Amino acid sequence: MNNFNYTRAGNIQEAMSLVSQNSDAGFLAGGTNMVDLLKYNLVHPELLVDINHIPEHRGILETEDGGVQLGAFATNAETAYHPLIETRYPLLSRAILAGASAQIRNMATNGGNLLQRTRCYYFYDPNTPCNKRKPGSGCSAIGGYNRIMAILGASEDCIAVFPSDMCVALSALDAVVRIDGVDGTRSLPFAEFHRLPGNNPERDNNLQPGEIITSIDLPEKGFEKNYSYLKLRDRSSYAFALVSVATGLDLEGDVIKEARIALGGVAHKPWRIKDAEDFLAGKSPSAENFAAAAKIILNGAVGYGHNNFKIDLAKRAVVRNCLMALNPESQQPGAHPSI
Amino acid sequence: MQTVSTGLKPDVHLTNSRIISLHVNGVPRIADVAPWVSLLDALRDHLDLTGTKKGCDHGQCGACTVLCDGKRILSCLTLAVMKEGAEITTIEGIAQDDVLHPLQKAFIENDAFQCGYCTPGQICSAIGMLSEGKANSRAEVKELMSGNLCRCGANTNIIDAIMEVKNARL
Amino acid sequence: MSHKLLTGQPVSRIEGQQKVTGAARYAGDYHVPELLYGYVVNSTITKGKILEIDTEQIKAIKGVIEVFTHKNRPSLAWFDLQYADMDAPPGSPFRPLQNADIKYNGQPIALVVAETFEIARYAASIMAVRYEEQHFFTDLESNKGKARDPKKGLATFLKPLPAKPKGDFGKAFHNAAAQVSAEFIHAAEHHNPIELFATTTVYEEDGKLTIYDKTQGTINCQLYVGNVFGLHYKNVRVISPYVGGAFGSGLRPQYQLFMSVMAALQLKRSVRVTLDRQQMFTFGHRPPTIQQTRFAADSQGKVTALGHEAVAETSQHEDYTEVVVNWSNMLYPAPHTSFDYKLVPLDVFSPLDMRAPGGVTGMHAIESSMDQLAYQLKIDPLALRLINYTDFDVTADRPYSSKELRECYVQGAEKFGWSKRTPEPRSMRRGHKLVGYGMATGIWEAMQVLARVEAVMTAEGKLEVSSAITDIGTGTLTVMTQIAADELGLALEDVTFCYGESQMPFAPVQGGSFTVSTVGAAVKAAGKALRKKLLKKAGNMPGSPLKSVSEKEVVFERGGIILKSNQNVIVYFKDIVAAEKKKVIKTTNTGVPNVFKLKNYTRAAHSAAFVEVEVDEELGTIQVTRAITAVAAGNIINPKTARSQILGGMVWGISKALFEETISDHRFGKYMNQNLAEYHIPVHADIHELDVIFVEEKDDIVNELGSKGIGEIGLVAMPPAIANAIYHATGKRFNQLPIHFDQLL
Repeated sequence: MNNFNYTRAGNIQEAMSLVSQNSDAGFLAGGTNMVDLLKYNLVHPELLVDINHIPEHRGILETEDGGVQLGAFATNAETAYHPLIETRYPLLSRAILAGASAQIRNMATNGGNLLQRTRCYYFYDPNTPCNKRKPGSGCSAIGGYNRIMAILGASEDCIAVFPSDMCVALSALDAVVRIDGVDGTRSLPFAEFHRLPGNNPERDNNLQPGEIITSIDLPEKGFEKNYSYLKLRDRSSYAFALVSVATGLDLEGDVIKEARIALGGVAHKPWRIKDAEDFLAGKSPSAENFAAAAKIILNGAVGYGHNNFKIDLAKRAVVRNCLMALNPESQQPGAHPSI
Repeated sequence: MQTVSTGLKPDVHLTNSRIISLHVNGVPRIADVAPWVSLLDALRDHLDLTGTKKGCDHGQCGACTVLCDGKRILSCLTLAVMKEGAEITTIEGIAQDDVLHPLQKAFIENDAFQCGYCTPGQICSAIGMLSEGKANSRAEVKELMSGNLCRCGANTNIIDAIMEVKNARL
Repeated sequence: MSHKLLTGQPVSRIEGQQKVTGAARYAGDYHVPELLYGYVVNSTITKGKILEIDTEQIKAIKGVIEVFTHKNRPSLAWFDLQYADMDAPPGSPFRPLQNADIKYNGQPIALVVAETFEIARYAASIMAVRYEEQHFFTDLESNKGKARDPKKGLATFLKPLPAKPKGDFGKAFHNAAAQVSAEFIHAAEHHNPIELFATTTVYEEDGKLTIYDKTQGTINCQLYVGNVFGLHYKNVRVISPYVGGAFGSGLRPQYQLFMSVMAALQLKRSVRVTLDRQQMFTFGHRPPTIQQTRFAADSQGKVTALGHEAVAETSQHEDYTEVVVNWSNMLYPAPHTSFDYKLVPLDVFSPLDMRAPGGVTGMHAIESSMDQLAYQLKIDPLALRLINYTDFDVTADRPYSSKELRECYVQGAEKFGWSKRTPEPRSMRRGHKLVGYGMATGIWEAMQVLARVEAVMTAEGKLEVSSAITDIGTGTLTVMTQIAADELGLALEDVTFCYGESQMPFAPVQGGSFTVSTVGAAVKAAGKALRKKLLKKAGNMPGSPLKSVSEKEVVFERGGIILKSNQNVIVYFKDIVAAEKKKVIKTTNTGVPNVFKLKNYTRAAHSAAFVEVEVDEELGTIQVTRAITAVAAGNIINPKTARSQILGGMVWGISKALFEETISDHRFGKYMNQNLAEYHIPVHADIHELDVIFVEEKDDIVNELGSKGIGEIGLVAMPPAIANAIYHATGKRFNQLPIHFDQLL
């Protein structure tokens, strides 16, 4: 952990101005990832700007277009347990509660959740090559121990996965990320926020230096009747996903009007394939159809040895989670398999 | 032959520490801390409140759990300077006037610890969990207490102790 | 009112209040004025030499007091023997900062001492080191060909090598009606107590050292410090009243002790060194082990041939061994046997005893192989154990001192509902989930070594008993207080057990499930001697009603000595002390195993574990939904703390079977999951219904207490019971631990 300066920002303009003036400055929100990275000597800021005391962007509010806005500085716990989220977006609530621990969810913010770094062993070990940590040094996970690594969208430079659960649900829900910068505000559809590693895996997302997430906006449709989040991991709780699935189904009688399926733990960003969702539209919610959709989603998946199992597991998880979405009350705490 | 260096900047300037005030267990306390001092280390090294334990220092075990403005948080992933002015309750502040909290009694009665090292975190976490009011079943209590590891394997006794107090409150 | 025996009562832990209020201070919790903080720097290469360490840049940092490396460390002891602690295996013990050689990844190579923890940590993090790297070997599997016999040494006494072959194994195995042959692979594991290893060395004004250390042996550490630094033992006081879990990791002095003491002596200041969680992976561990079993039985299920070979990892500098292959013939008296145990020295740190060392490794292979035999023979797995049941240890040609394993099987099976099991794999379901029942046997030898105890009767008529032993969470304080109280018929509150200090009477390291038998026997010896002394002194009091009265004629209770023939006659302890015109009456005694009696018997605790698993067939996920362990471990002194010991062992068993492993990347020769997020131990959500049965077992031979020790026995049977239950649920046999759910797909 290096030495750094610390200051509290009173408002968002002040925070952005402080950070944009110093290329070695960063924001400090819940701290659950930032302080961890500091202690592992993976980041070396000169200045940390504490944004926890900024009064704006803390609420969970209904928007004029019928959706709900998640303040970027609201905590994960406040969001998951908020009545608007529990009733209208229970998929999101479930996904958040499947992540980390109660203590961490009490600290971590929504904005910070989008920005958490990978859990790749080699990224965390400064004495092994890692292109994400040190561009050009190589990827140790390829040819190394890669049980937790990606099977989709990886590159020859990086096979790390993005560890968030919350973001898997946000991806399925077509959320929009609102961003402030010194040059004004902009928004990004959720699918365009995170990046695939390609040739510059050091960049996890498309946020520009000095920019800050102010909110994540959910459109009106919340799939509150048929939804499910399933998380498969090496122990029952407090572990990162090997494979997770968020499913929202809009059913009309025995026909799927619209399906949303997003995967976590398999790629450098939450993984969604529109073709698979289109395939399900107009079809019956059967295991066979879900399996066919799973096949489309996993098309092109590649294993790196220890993680080969993820390809088959992900297919099975998609089917199971879609079936669980037909029966949301069967879900158990911890996003375990049910039915 | 291979050369390995850390690759870090060898800058040696030290950020000035600052005086912060924390309300710990109902008492205003002053600490002279650099920004890079965690709340955990501030409690332990600066305020001699060593009841809060360091098990991993990375948010992976829950031993450092304290209550901050009534909510359970990890003091190891919190910088002390972030909590200037906050109300912190540590394990030393759970018993009132030497009368043990019902959870503390239940932990003793149910033998809900062996080495005792994770115990302060388990108890602070359980108090936070009970006040959150989100756990209705034993399965939910187990899930919502899963951020606190116990290496001695006292898990069933810990959950028994918590359930006893939870059921007595209903 | 006569004294109600406290042994056998479920007494709550005496130190409970300290532990639930945060008042209990562990090694890194002592507040010392002017304390300095040390942070260790570890090698980032696996094998080679340090060419250069840039300490100047570090020393320039404000607040850094000193940097210690192999170049400026003080002159230390010369001989291996001076570094060999009580638990050292044969070989040459590791010496921190000895020279420029790097022997393993993570080897401590420097200590930064600074005014604050944060400065020390920062300075350590930017230290630049140049190395010359050499080729290394860290993978057991690919180096199996280098396996060789272990060196013999003192440790061989407690860890006997495998027995010589018996009968004609090859022929018997070949001709048997049923044969199984299987390979078992175990990963490395690290103890990972939640408390980080820490030492606070207080440099006293007179140059003496008071050392608060995380250890399982205060005297072991005192002797080590004295020997290595050339100090008189009297000037080294090691104190460890609270130890935040250890599980074997504290059996040897770890390098933070060396570092802290070295810095304190050199700087003449008090110094604390606390390891971080990554550094908790840079010393002893359970070694990776590869085992091969070949078991055979006749058509009636009688086991005729037992073959068991193991190859385990050790370091290049010490031959750490475990008892892995010796167990099967102790349980199943086959006439033809073939056992072998070999080591492969690799470029790693020496392995170290970790809860149920060897036993949990070997019993997984043995009891899984027995399960396979049962299926081949179409005999119920429990019935197969009963067919081969014995009260006689054929490996030593002598009976067991006691063995109520049969009762463990019977009572465990009854409470578990074993009879509801349908034998066919995949034949039981709950909803869409497959259900499996599995069982296995556990065994752990009951040992006793030497300890001394001082018993003091105070002027207030209270008893103080002291021993250098630690209490690592096992309940030693409570149990010893119970034993001592019964010796003099006192209430618990009138007895103080003082412990965890090297200056107290000798105790060995706390491990091997031998603390109760060893220290308990010494407490009893001291109690007996004190009774004798008190009675004699009471008889000498002027006008004493106890003059010339023998111990048979009195009872010790109500704080005094009472004449049996006239219960109104009582001479109070405090009056006896007062009459002596001394402050106290005391005695120091040794608990000695009765070797003449013991040599005719094998002494062991036994257990039977019954496990139910639920498996989600499509997704592979496994839950241990229910488990019962029935234990025969002789006399149980405290059923409450004893039950916790067994529960803890069972959780460890679940962890070993399904979660725990230290993952290596052999390209770098290092561990990759050196943290508690990726080194998985079970969370609360993984642990479901667990139950413990203590069957009654009388044993007048094993020791005076009739107690066999319970630290390990709760663990050994669990991993095979779980693996067997998974087989019953799925029809798939997994012999590599931990079993990951994706293997079930």
